[in-house]
Amino acid sequence: MDTYKRPSQLFRNMSAKIASIPMVMTALVIFVGCTVWTITYSFTGSRLLPKLKWVGMKQYDRLFDTNRWVISIDNIIIYGICSLILSLTIGFILAALLDRKIRFENTFRSIFLYPFALSFIVTGLVWQWILNPQFGIQHVVREAGFLSFSFAPLQSNEYVIFGVLIAGIWQGSGLIMALMLAGLRGIDEDIWKATRIDGIPLWKTYIVVIIPMMRPVFVTALVLIASGIVRVYDLIVAQTNGGPGISSEVPAKYVYDKMFLSQNLGQGFAASTVMLLTVLVILIPWAYLEFGGRKQNG
Amino acid sequence: MKSIEVKDLSLSFGTVEVLKKLNIDIGEGEFLVLLGPSGCGKSTLLNCIAGLLDVSGGQIFINGKNVTWAEPKDRGIGMVFQSYALYPQMTVRGNLSFGLKNQKVPKAEIEERILRVAEILQIGELLNRKPAALSGGQRQRVAIGRALVRDVDVFLFDEPLSNLDAKLRSELRVELKRLHNRLNNTMVYVTHDQIEALTLADRIAIMRDGVIQQLADPNTIYNRPTNLYVASFLGSPAMSFLTGEITKKGKVFTFDNTQIQLANYSGENDTLNDGPATLGVRPEHVTVHSKAIKGKTVKAKVELYEPMGSESLMWLDVEGQTISVLVKSEDVREKGSTAYLSFELSKASLFDKQSETRL
Amino acid sequence: MADTDMATDFTGDHGPKPKKSISGRNIMLYGTLIVFAIYYLLPLYVMVVTSLKGMPEIRLGNIFAPPVEITFQPWVKAWSEACTGLNCDGLSRGFFNSVKILIPSVAISIVIASINGYALANWRFKGADVFFTILIFGAFIPYQVMIYPIVIILREMGLYGSIWGLVMVHTIFGMPILTLLFRNYFTSLPQELFKAARVDGAGFWGVFFKIMVPMSLPIFVVAMILQVTGIWNDFLFGVIYTKPASYPMTVQLNNIVNSVQGVKEYNVNMAATILTGLVPLVIYFVSGKLFVRGIAAGAVKG
Repeated sequence: MDTYKRPSQLFRNMSAKIASIPMVMTALVIFVGCTVWTITYSFTGSRLLPKLKWVGMKQYDRLFDTNRWVISIDNIIIYGICSLILSLTIGFILAALLDRKIRFENTFRSIFLYPFALSFIVTGLVWQWILNPQFGIQHVVREAGFLSFSFAPLQSNEYVIFGVLIAGIWQGSGLIMALMLAGLRGIDEDIWKATRIDGIPLWKTYIVVIIPMMRPVFVTALVLIASGIVRVYDLIVAQTNGGPGISSEVPAKYVYDKMFLSQNLGQGFAASTVMLLTVLVILIPWAYLEFGGRKQNG
Repeated sequence: MKSIEVKDLSLSFGTVEVLKKLNIDIGEGEFLVLLGPSGCGKSTLLNCIAGLLDVSGGQIFINGKNVTWAEPKDRGIGMVFQSYALYPQMTVRGNLSFGLKNQKVPKAEIEERILRVAEILQIGELLNRKPAALSGGQRQRVAIGRALVRDVDVFLFDEPLSNLDAKLRSELRVELKRLHNRLNNTMVYVTHDQIEALTLADRIAIMRDGVIQQLADPNTIYNRPTNLYVASFLGSPAMSFLTGEITKKGKVFTFDNTQIQLANYSGENDTLNDGPATLGVRPEHVTVHSKAIKGKTVKAKVELYEPMGSESLMWLDVEGQTISVLVKSEDVREKGSTAYLSFELSKASLFDKQSETRL
Repeated sequence: MADTDMATDFTGDHGPKPKKSISGRNIMLYGTLIVFAIYYLLPLYVMVVTSLKGMPEIRLGNIFAPPVEITFQPWVKAWSEACTGLNCDGLSRGFFNSVKILIPSVAISIVIASINGYALANWRFKGADVFFTILIFGAFIPYQVMIYPIVIILREMGLYGSIWGLVMVHTIFGMPILTLLFRNYFTSLPQELFKAARVDGAGFWGVFFKIMVPMSLPIFVVAMILQVTGIWNDFLFGVIYTKPASYPMTVQLNNIVNSVQGVKEYNVNMAATILTGLVPLVIYFVSGKLFVRGIAAGAVKG
């Protein structure tokens, strides 16, 4: 059989194309299609059911006039910044300590990482219990004689988000530690020898040599933490359910409540679109730095 | 009859042209070596012949059949890879039979073919082992066996010996040569190792940037390199080059105050034209004298020497240009001393300054 | 830290053996590690201790004290009697729901993602990379943007509220990470093996099942760990795409603990919490290094 002519491009590699149908459908229908759908309907006055009744930017105006949304945004910003700084710092410090050729390294690592295996629901409930003012830490310290001691973040409008933060860091910083440790292990042993011969102090070695070399790890960690922050939902539901009052509300919860509880779809769509924009603001510079600079190769 | 014909073959990845309108004919039973530095397109060409890469243009014929768009399995080829590419989870027997099972060859015949190949390659006692339990040399033998059992006319080798240590490499080289003599199949062999190329090939194709520079038997390639690139690529220690000018109607090569008579030069044409040129001389074609012989020698100063066992490579300076000479180790001269060199011009090459082709 | 003796300290950092002498630096080092270890271990300890106490003891004592009288009653109650809204058959219902959701979700998502990854690594066709890029970007899109249209899609397909709808959702949202994982793994396998198999006449599926899958056991295990923990811990999709009768364990746990009616039984709550966390915890401690590899592989881009 002479296969003289170039066969049609469409039928070449046919099995691979058929096998990729689920991926193509997911990419197009879900990731592109659903996103576009939601953005489109965020400009409508949909309430119980999605309706193409255009209202322009009204949903967005209302969104930012809503006290609960503004509080949600404030919370996520505070939570985000603190969680970013704390996760990176704790993660790096723990990784650096574990990288000092210590004993029981595996034990320590297992301890730091196990919370990451647990769900946010479990995390939230445990910390709700520990921070319970009647029985938890506050109670124990008062029992010990410090009667004026007060530590009840989950009951305070002002500090509730920091109570959530304690739980969030507990659950997530182990992952950052694991990433950082992998990064530190990837650094050539000769670098350490060279800095030792040059007599550079330890702290300076970390700041001047090691951290700059770990830039990609930091960037990855940053993106991971950031995209996790935007999604914070389960933790709040379990630990505070947005309370006291509305002082620990977050955007993801706002979206869920508007869509599925208060039948105000348009608000939900607008709020989720704002969330998407926030992610894009983080993601695009990262994607540009990671993939734009160098040539892509498989 | 021609075993493989490649016509105007081009291949580009995006805007990068890897192969440029390449033509090559390989005769039946011929051992052809594709030689070149990494990135020259030699492996790409082999993969195109095997059908593992889709070409952008041109045609490939194997045994007179147009196979440009045929599946690899339908081309009548066997292939041996650099990393052996043995299926790790299968035994040697499984590796050898995998292709035949896919072809639905009857069981009895598969067994028969495996035993025959195992006998040729002396891997009979390894048949039930997994690749992980084999040494490098044994693995490559099995990989060759996998090509042999397919019972095809054309074998493709993609740097098959590069992962082996020096000793094993030379052993297997001899074995491959023997195998070719015994089977007389067409073999296309990709390598960057010039010793392999020179020892194995009936013909060598030297490639650079997706273009074949010269296609000829090893002797011709070594002694009459078609251009400066081929001359400098082939040979170890490498050829030395002197830049100067051909003067006196093609009789003399001149640079600064030095003149070399070109009477014995064997060029591509009968006459040489005057003009700027490069003279290339291999280190083994230079003789060192203690005293000047008028009209025959050139004065030089010894700069350093590299002992290489029985022989040494001396580096000398001739009016600011460097030349290397292969001498017996006992004939090595002191650094800084003066020596007189004569050249075996019948084996030297002159290249045009502009086109870099041999004159 | 004492940094000035760096130049002469040959047995210190990155040396072959840990230092035996108790130096100031070592006290700092292990001290810090132990303080952090306490922070990470405390909740687990409190959970276990609380779940083994009776309610009177909890009301009187402190949460860090070990139980005076160990009782397993809270565990029994959490498993089979605790109430969520209408029914009072405990977490066991949620557990079995989660198992029913977990098994098909893990299986289907891994099968699809491994084939995707294989096609992307070895059989690239025009446009494949475009879809892959969308997929990876999709991993970062907040779920909230997509959840409602998916409700509509599932309703149209008649799957809304059923376990199969949730299986589909888990398959879709697990796809980016898993596809990336498999693609990177298959790309790291020697290309020549793939070529050899093609010369030997194996096609798309032949190469996949006979060559690639047998070589890829570790990555399948990693993918499984990733999916089992991820799907088990999911709350959002469970609450949106299933009916109360088929709520997964996390949703049920939250309903039990955060229900407003009745007296709070903290010991039962903590027993329920541990029960829910048990599956991923067991996986974590059994799989050890593979878990770390899994999350690192999932986290680090290709």
